[in-house]
Amino acid sequence: MGATRTTPAAGEILSPHDLLQMLYYMRLQRAVEDRAVKLYYQGRIPGAYFTGWGHEAIAVGATYALGPQDLVAPMHRDLAAYIMRGISVRRVFAQFLDREGGLTRGRDGNIHMGDPRLGIFPFISHMAASVPVAAGMALACRQRGEARVVLTFFGDGATSTGAWHEGVNFAAVFRLPVVLVLENNQYAYSTPLDHQTACRAFVDKAVGYGIAGVAVDGNDVLAVYEAARGAVAHAREGHGPTLIECRTMRVRGHSEADKFSYVPKALLDEWAARDPIALFERRLQSEGHLTPDADRAMQEGIAAEIEEGLAWAEASPEPAPESVTEGVFAEDEGT
Amino acid sequence: MPELTYLEAIRDGLLEAMHRDPRVFVIGEDIATYGGAFGITRGFLEEFGPERVIDAPLAEAANVGAGIGAAVMGMRPVVELQFADFISDAFTQVVNMAAKFHWRTGCALPLVLRMPYGGDVKGGPFHSGCMEAWFAHTPGLKVVAPAFPEDAKGLLLAAIRDPNPVLFFEHKHLYRYQRAEVPAGEYLTPIGRARIVREGGTLSLFSYGWMLHKCLAAVETAAGEGISAELIDLRSLAPLDRAAILTSARKTGKALVVHEANRTGGVGAEIAALIAEEAFDSLDGPVMRLASEDTPVPHSPVLEAAFQPTIAEIVEAIRSLAAY
Repeated sequence: MGATRTTPAAGEILSPHDLLQMLYYMRLQRAVEDRAVKLYYQGRIPGAYFTGWGHEAIAVGATYALGPQDLVAPMHRDLAAYIMRGISVRRVFAQFLDREGGLTRGRDGNIHMGDPRLGIFPFISHMAASVPVAAGMALACRQRGEARVVLTFFGDGATSTGAWHEGVNFAAVFRLPVVLVLENNQYAYSTPLDHQTACRAFVDKAVGYGIAGVAVDGNDVLAVYEAARGAVAHAREGHGPTLIECRTMRVRGHSEADKFSYVPKALLDEWAARDPIALFERRLQSEGHLTPDADRAMQEGIAAEIEEGLAWAEASPEPAPESVTEGVFAEDEGT
Repeated sequence: MPELTYLEAIRDGLLEAMHRDPRVFVIGEDIATYGGAFGITRGFLEEFGPERVIDAPLAEAANVGAGIGAAVMGMRPVVELQFADFISDAFTQVVNMAAKFHWRTGCALPLVLRMPYGGDVKGGPFHSGCMEAWFAHTPGLKVVAPAFPEDAKGLLLAAIRDPNPVLFFEHKHLYRYQRAEVPAGEYLTPIGRARIVREGGTLSLFSYGWMLHKCLAAVETAAGEGISAELIDLRSLAPLDRAAILTSARKTGKALVVHEANRTGGVGAEIAALIAEEAFDSLDGPVMRLASEDTPVPHSPVLEAAFQPTIAEIVEAIRSLAAY
């Protein structure tokens, strides 16, 4: 997998430009998903659709801590991570619409995407299956003497799988440069936390693997960034993985087909008041970084990117039926 | 040309690949310090060091998944399953992660899984299985199963060079079964190509792995009775060498498939269907299958002998098909 070109290597101290970039990516994830939800309800997105609504601080905060050569293995609530590492909004929409211009050319759908050439590993539906793969990517980097870090994301439900345990343990045993971001959004589809673990807190699991662990407010992008920056440095220095538990709430259904009536309304109300984008906007406004002019320019830029990207995707052709048997095997191009 | 056992040929192939290509490394349970459950990687740790010869935790999903991750990064990992039976613990990594990767991304995944499989080692239901059909049925995976030392080396080296995930089924009973000439240095057996082990005109016999050797003995017995059987070593189960299968079936007009894996849904069913669909006009008899019973592999040597096709049963099948 090649190196990415887009994310700035974060410095010790975030500049006003960095802060605005973070807000931009959070808003962009929300705006793309907002438009995609509308497309879904118009019947234009085949299959299921999943959002990361309310999780934007996790995707953006963690990914912003990476250097340009680092790698990611995200999942279905981290849209900004894909975009920040170099996947265009155009191709995201084409992916959602199952078009030839999508990342999987219609072979896989919705948020099941990645681009190994950009260092973005494409996840599969089987939760936590990317965790051992992320460990292997990190292993390869170390074998070649490359000081690269692999950032991977998963949910609370994923931590119950054997793959998660095996992957975390493997990364821990070999002290691999992996950052493990747990998006604890309190529900795995309809299953609440007390059916997922008997631990008081997920972060306590880190002790069992002999790795570092930290719990943060997953709706505070700067808290996530700070934890991830520490974990990336820890990994790069050869100290192995860190488990970062980001506490948040899934404020929509598991997918758009899920009406999530099983979630207590009081819980949703409580988290609605803690929207990560609104929290960060208020902070940047109060600190004078987000002026009305800058705000308007950013919003217009995002709207233009969405319109242009969607138009490009809609102009992208449907995959040709005769291509259905193509691409199962790699030809001898080598790697 | 050196004479090597099947085990030594695999070892020789691995050494060749690791000397030739710094991207190749081996990972598996008990393979470094101990040298592997069957001793294939004995001495590798001293020769190549702990970064390229890795003792893995007892975790098949992690080890196969890590192999996938390293392959995505351009390395050429060879993951040893201590026993092929344990691949079930890594099933998602193989059939969902590895098999579908190129199809979803257009990128190569040069991964080799070494699968010590098969019976007649007194291993019982969890150490003797033949699960090649699970994977031959999965698009995106290549499945090879050598019968001879020469192909053990040649197919392993071809698998390591291949840009796709390849499951290399090495038969445990064959490890020390015979010595045979194996070319030194770089030697490749093409994946997807069967080999005519013995030419004949009366009927075609298709087999692979340990059963190929039972077939060879049966064919010699039948030859003494004037029956000229053509014996084909499939070598590659995915992709199958459809052309070689059909050419032989059309030539003789009769076909018998023999495999150690149990009968229902085995590779033999695919071969029988292929011949029935494509060579029906050439057939002078039913396409027959001889396989193990549809049970788990029994532990008792007495039961296992009753479970597996015997040379006598293969001879009998040859006689009845020849007489059809």
